[in-house]
Amino acid sequence: MSDERLLSPKNPWFIGSVGITAGLLAATALGGFVLLPYAQPDLKLAGIWDAICSAAGVPKAPSAAEPVRPDGKLTQVVVTSTLPSAADPDAVGRGATLAQQCAICHGPTGVSRADSPNLAGQYAPAVYKQLADFKAGVRVNATMTPFAVDLSDRDMADLAAYYAYLPRLPGFHPASDKPPPRIVINGAPLRNIAPCGSCHGVLDNKTGSPWLEGQPAAYVKAQLQAFASGARRNDISQQMRNVARRMTPEEIDQAAEWYASQPSTNVHTR
Amino acid sequence: MLSSRRLVLAHFWLAFAVFGLALLLGAWQMFIRSPLHTWISNPEWYYRSLTAHGTVMGYVFPTLVAMGFGYAISEISLKQRLIGLRWAWAGYWLVVVGAVMAMVPVSLGRASVLYTFYPPLIGSPFYYLGVVLVVVGSWIWVALMSVNLRAWKKANPGTPVPLPMFANVAGSYLWAWTAVGAALELILQILPVAFGLRSTIDAGLSRVFFSWTLHAIVYFWLMPTYIAYYTIVPRAIGGKIYSDTMARISFILFLVVAMPIGMHHTFADPQVGAGFKFIHSAFTALVALPTLLTVFTICASVEIAARLRGGRGPFGWIKVLPWSNPMMLAVAFSFVMLGFGGAGGLINMSYQLDASIHNTQWITGHFHLIFGGAIVIMYFAIAYDLWPHLTGRALGDLRLIRTQLWLWFVGMIVTTFPWHWVGILGMPRRMAYFDYADPAVATQAFSVTLSAIGGFILVASGALFILVLVRGHRAPREDAGSYRFAQALHPPLTVPALNGYALWVALMVGLTVTNYGFPIAQLALREDTSVPAVYVGANP
Repeated sequence: MSDERLLSPKNPWFIGSVGITAGLLAATALGGFVLLPYAQPDLKLAGIWDAICSAAGVPKAPSAAEPVRPDGKLTQVVVTSTLPSAADPDAVGRGATLAQQCAICHGPTGVSRADSPNLAGQYAPAVYKQLADFKAGVRVNATMTPFAVDLSDRDMADLAAYYAYLPRLPGFHPASDKPPPRIVINGAPLRNIAPCGSCHGVLDNKTGSPWLEGQPAAYVKAQLQAFASGARRNDISQQMRNVARRMTPEEIDQAAEWYASQPSTNVHTR
Repeated sequence: MLSSRRLVLAHFWLAFAVFGLALLLGAWQMFIRSPLHTWISNPEWYYRSLTAHGTVMGYVFPTLVAMGFGYAISEISLKQRLIGLRWAWAGYWLVVVGAVMAMVPVSLGRASVLYTFYPPLIGSPFYYLGVVLVVVGSWIWVALMSVNLRAWKKANPGTPVPLPMFANVAGSYLWAWTAVGAALELILQILPVAFGLRSTIDAGLSRVFFSWTLHAIVYFWLMPTYIAYYTIVPRAIGGKIYSDTMARISFILFLVVAMPIGMHHTFADPQVGAGFKFIHSAFTALVALPTLLTVFTICASVEIAARLRGGRGPFGWIKVLPWSNPMMLAVAFSFVMLGFGGAGGLINMSYQLDASIHNTQWITGHFHLIFGGAIVIMYFAIAYDLWPHLTGRALGDLRLIRTQLWLWFVGMIVTTFPWHWVGILGMPRRMAYFDYADPAVATQAFSVTLSAIGGFILVASGALFILVLVRGHRAPREDAGSYRFAQALHPPLTVPALNGYALWVALMVGLTVTNYGFPIAQLALREDTSVPAVYVGANP
């Protein structure tokens, strides 16, 4: 029997197979789109069409009620690998001029002697995001905020480009041969803490995360404590707050001191 | 002797060579995340290895086995020289180039995204292009199977297509359509981001596309095994196929319902509506039907062999089966593993039960038992059965072959049973590291250790398998005669509706539209569903 005659409404195989398939589909659709939505006591349905739309995954129109506002400002910076977007050829030069006002804390070569972060060689997305957050008041610091509020978007992009351009200097590395603490290399899987090194250098680097090797221990420690207490909240999706809250004070000390003692490694993918 | 002998051997040898390498990686992974080894302190190595293991075992190895076996089936069962031998070699070299192209960035740590791609993770574009080339190479095989069958039908009008070829072409059509999902994901979603043309990706839509491929690919892996059940096992143990029609119906059912069920892989995903999850769950239950038909038919076929050997009584016949025959051993082991794996699968496809094992080690244990166990042990049996006809030399040492099959069976049980168990206890999958000193997982240390030991047994079995095949090339020449597939108890004279594919392919495509159309369209048309890509070890 050829295929051509098979595809005919007169052929019993055709009627049977198409009929069974369509019947099964109709029965399962009735179950999935009508019976099951009604079987869920928590689902408030306006009618059968509402039940079908709900089961099909059609998003509901947002409620007319005023959304709950967070009690602080949230970061508006969307971190992508192309941040900051303008790769202006003059950016490094302009950034160098602008950076003269930063030198008093962050050092003329981007290496700080005042327990401020070392910015030489820091990733551009990380510098840009922090400046934008300071400017928007999402991250607050008595010293930094007044500098940031006057910066334009281009200024911030230029500064990010300049600091990313500077070479990472071998700052102050008293004991670089110490083994990395477990929190840096392993994290604590059972407390849902990823290894510090999987985003901040040593193992890998993720876009938007700063590299930490050689950063002042006092600064790293203060930031972890600020994340843990909720005083600092400009991290994406609470990633750092969730980590810092679950870290023990010993782990915070170990991570801060170990990173401070490290020279820059080459394990940076971007 | 087959005219496509070199082609088939090339496919099999490449398949088994990459299988051997990926097997070593798998055992290493089991070892380093078990309590037997201290933590390697760098999860990147683990995920790199995992990506290579999955890519080879999921895409390269079974595709090459299906292709090589398919070419052999075409020539042997149709008794017709393979049409398009040059095209077949072109397909083979595409798979080779694709596999190398994918594995280089993985080895360099530039694509540690796991074989299921996991968007928004994005690796080197060469990894994805390599996978695409492997798939394109296999599509040449699909076209050739269709062309060869068409030529045979023209020359033999009105004659039923031999069962091996009928099943083989059904498998190739299933693969052609099921690979479209992953191809759409790669071409529309992942590659533009990997090449840096976009920096955001619709991870939900990508996952829906992948689910289109992810379940039916299992049935593509399974096809050579089922073909061997029906058309090799009865002949090898001296029996006949109990029902040719039942076999054809099983393969047709796989073609129609293996594909529109993939969303049971996205039960925990928020982007798919619950109604569609229910439909996919119900159709997944349906795909158990052809497997149950197969188990029934093969048991009946084996019973025929036993009765012909003088077996008596309701169960007494089992004793007289040729247990020293490697094929008998392989099919028995395969059925045991299929039974346990299938039971586990019923749990995975049930919406509520799935919630308790979702993303746990149970899932990894499950697909190793089904694929690595039930399916791959029949790949070994197929190779053993075909080898004398490919090399013109006998595979002498049956004891070594039986040892290899026993080791694989025992190794797979020892590996996967504790693996399931720790999954029930809640151990998550895709983790590079567990701190067994922590009281929360300390009790699972023993099970994980047992699993790792199972992995070593599997490596030993894999090495024996390669050894048997290599020795097969060095044995004295001996004519194995012409290759035969099993005959049905009642050979079909006409096969209404089960001789062609148009109706069944139409039903498969129709069910794809009904079961996938709306979820895909909804996600594709919405503007607000993309998230920033996360580049893995690659400069965008």
